Amino acid sequence: MSIYRTHILVPVDEGTVQAGVFEVKRKLEQAILQKGLEKEVKVVESGTVGIQDKGVILVVYPERIYYTNVRPGDVTLIVDEHLLKGHIPPGIKHRTLDIQAGMKSLHNTGLTRQQKRVVLDKSWKIAPDNIREVLAAGGYSALEKIFGEKITPEAIIDTVKKSGLRGRGGAGFPTGIKWEATRNAVGDQKYIICNADEGEPGTFKDRLILEGDPHKLIEAMVIAGYAIGATKGFVYIRGEYGLSIERMQKAMDQAREFSLLGANILETGFSFDLEIKKGAGAYICGDETALIESLEGKRGNPRVKPPYPVTNGLWQKPTAVNNVETLANIPQIITQGSEWFHTMGTEMCPGTKVFTILGHIESPGLIEVEMGTPLREIIFSYGGGISGGKKFKAALLGGASGVFLSEKLLDVHMDLESLKENKAVLGSGAVLVMNEEASIPDMLFSILKFYAHESCGQCAPCRVGTHQLLQLAWNVREGKGQVEDIDTMMSLAELMWRSSLCPLGQSVITPVKSAIENFRDEFVLAVSHNQVS
Amino acid sequence: MQAILQKYEKSTDNLLGLLHDLQDANEQHYLTPGSMDAVAKYLGVPIGYVYGVATFYTMFSLKPRGRYIVRVCQSPPCHLLGSTDVSRELIEVLGVGFGETTADGQFTLEMSSCLGVCGVAPAMMINDEVYGNLTVSRILEIIEDLRRVK
Repeated sequence: MSIYRTHILVPVDEGTVQAGVFEVKRKLEQAILQKGLEKEVKVVESGTVGIQDKGVILVVYPERIYYTNVRPGDVTLIVDEHLLKGHIPPGIKHRTLDIQAGMKSLHNTGLTRQQKRVVLDKSWKIAPDNIREVLAAGGYSALEKIFGEKITPEAIIDTVKKSGLRGRGGAGFPTGIKWEATRNAVGDQKYIICNADEGEPGTFKDRLILEGDPHKLIEAMVIAGYAIGATKGFVYIRGEYGLSIERMQKAMDQAREFSLLGANILETGFSFDLEIKKGAGAYICGDETALIESLEGKRGNPRVKPPYPVTNGLWQKPTAVNNVETLANIPQIITQGSEWFHTMGTEMCPGTKVFTILGHIESPGLIEVEMGTPLREIIFSYGGGISGGKKFKAALLGGASGVFLSEKLLDVHMDLESLKENKAVLGSGAVLVMNEEASIPDMLFSILKFYAHESCGQCAPCRVGTHQLLQLAWNVREGKGQVEDIDTMMSLAELMWRSSLCPLGQSVITPVKSAIENFRDEFVLAVSHNQVS
Repeated sequence: MQAILQKYEKSTDNLLGLLHDLQDANEQHYLTPGSMDAVAKYLGVPIGYVYGVATFYTMFSLKPRGRYIVRVCQSPPCHLLGSTDVSRELIEVLGVGFGETTADGQFTLEMSSCLGVCGVAPAMMINDEVYGNLTVSRILEIIEDLRRVK
């Protein structure tokens, strides 16, 4: 293995891809070759930085200098001045290389310092497809600790229970209790499934965890398997997430090579293997029982609960289904302990949460902050406020099954309890921001269109209800509706909540009710000229 | 086709993987009646079962599709930032509606639920490539570029 004096990390996510990261990288590699620096400087693709700055980003180690908004034309200067002569190029205009924000060392940059990185701690500091880098950065140390210190499965479950970790997929169920129930369930074979069927509109945190640090997930799943007594696990990844699947597959191959996965892990006698299952485009498969059906090779129709997967899961065997972000917390809970986990977040909701901020926002992207961070801070500090100098009108929290919040609730704390008190939900952690010009009836229409498309059709309330709601929302939006239509939408959504089989049909009421209750004036206005006065 | 089938064990949980691979191997990006029949026989399940699964998931197509599959994200975040205009422009530039393929067999236009790239909304995917921050002029440019590829 050769040693390089300088590493340049090139974070790749959809933001930097759109900004031309691959062209910059190509130019960079060319310039390095031209100057004969190829034996001294290594260019490495890394995972996302999250919201940091705009455009292509280059991070130069060991100096920890990072350049933002890099254009292909800047590359020669960076190579000549920085890599060859060892000083930061002078006289570069603000727009090309942001001297104010971009030239500081990483640790002085406001946004990284404020963010609390647990799940995404390594994501942009390592090459995710190189297990040696992962190991050097502390990857798999939780697994080593467990086997080195001979920690029992019961003790692991106890630690996870004490940590208070709750599911990050939306429901917020305590992870330790789920594991304990699976461990205690009767069955000759048990399974652990990672739910990476991320389909909630506005959510892409799991993809960036998978792309940025797939080994963390493998480590967590081996630990989970050991804790619940499973020898086999599945990672069910959305079919649309090509890069996630590729990175995960490669990471699994490497882990097997290093005896961190497969038969007789680290010569402990414990065997556990993983398999990737690729989804094929169905939102409903994010529901754990629908996901299990799909994994078995069937239509993704949700099952009737109970029984729950912890007793009757995959092929009717006890199964723990955990979200990507939930699992990504596990290694550090093991290495740093449950008390450490409680130093972050709230009492009932310890730890961090990854949020995706999008819509009419200055800097869309993802951040990881402590649970309970006020919504105002997320939108205005981390997201940079409303784009184009416009005013805030509403935020949709938690994706399509989420809640429309008005300005009145901007100071709400983003944890499960605080949100529940305010009739809101955390959901997947998506924060869709709307400015004063956005139309709430139009947005509700868009959400209902999504529901009508994604209803699996198994039960009548949801199959028929989603389409009727869509028709009513269309009438209202087009100014063809009556005031009664607004109330019909409410009662229909409530009927679906009472009678639908699974969380999809049951959750329609959340956006419908919050949109109509918090923005009723807008709905009334939309139908007002149809009223007989 | 046999080579693809042999890659998998004869177990029903491999059905989705098989359908993916067979569709990817097809030049027109779709599941032919012949390929579904072969999968059914291989796994020992009724053809109706395979058909039921294939039609459940949006990524599978039972109709021939173009060389480029243009999938426009229709989810609320993209909707908020103008996916309606994106759709209108694509319909005009390509001259086909959603679910249709251009006469020259080059482009199929499809609607998609959230693509998970909301940071660059409004967005679309063409085959495996993501195109974000779409504007009317950018769409024209992208499609023109692809039309020039021989």
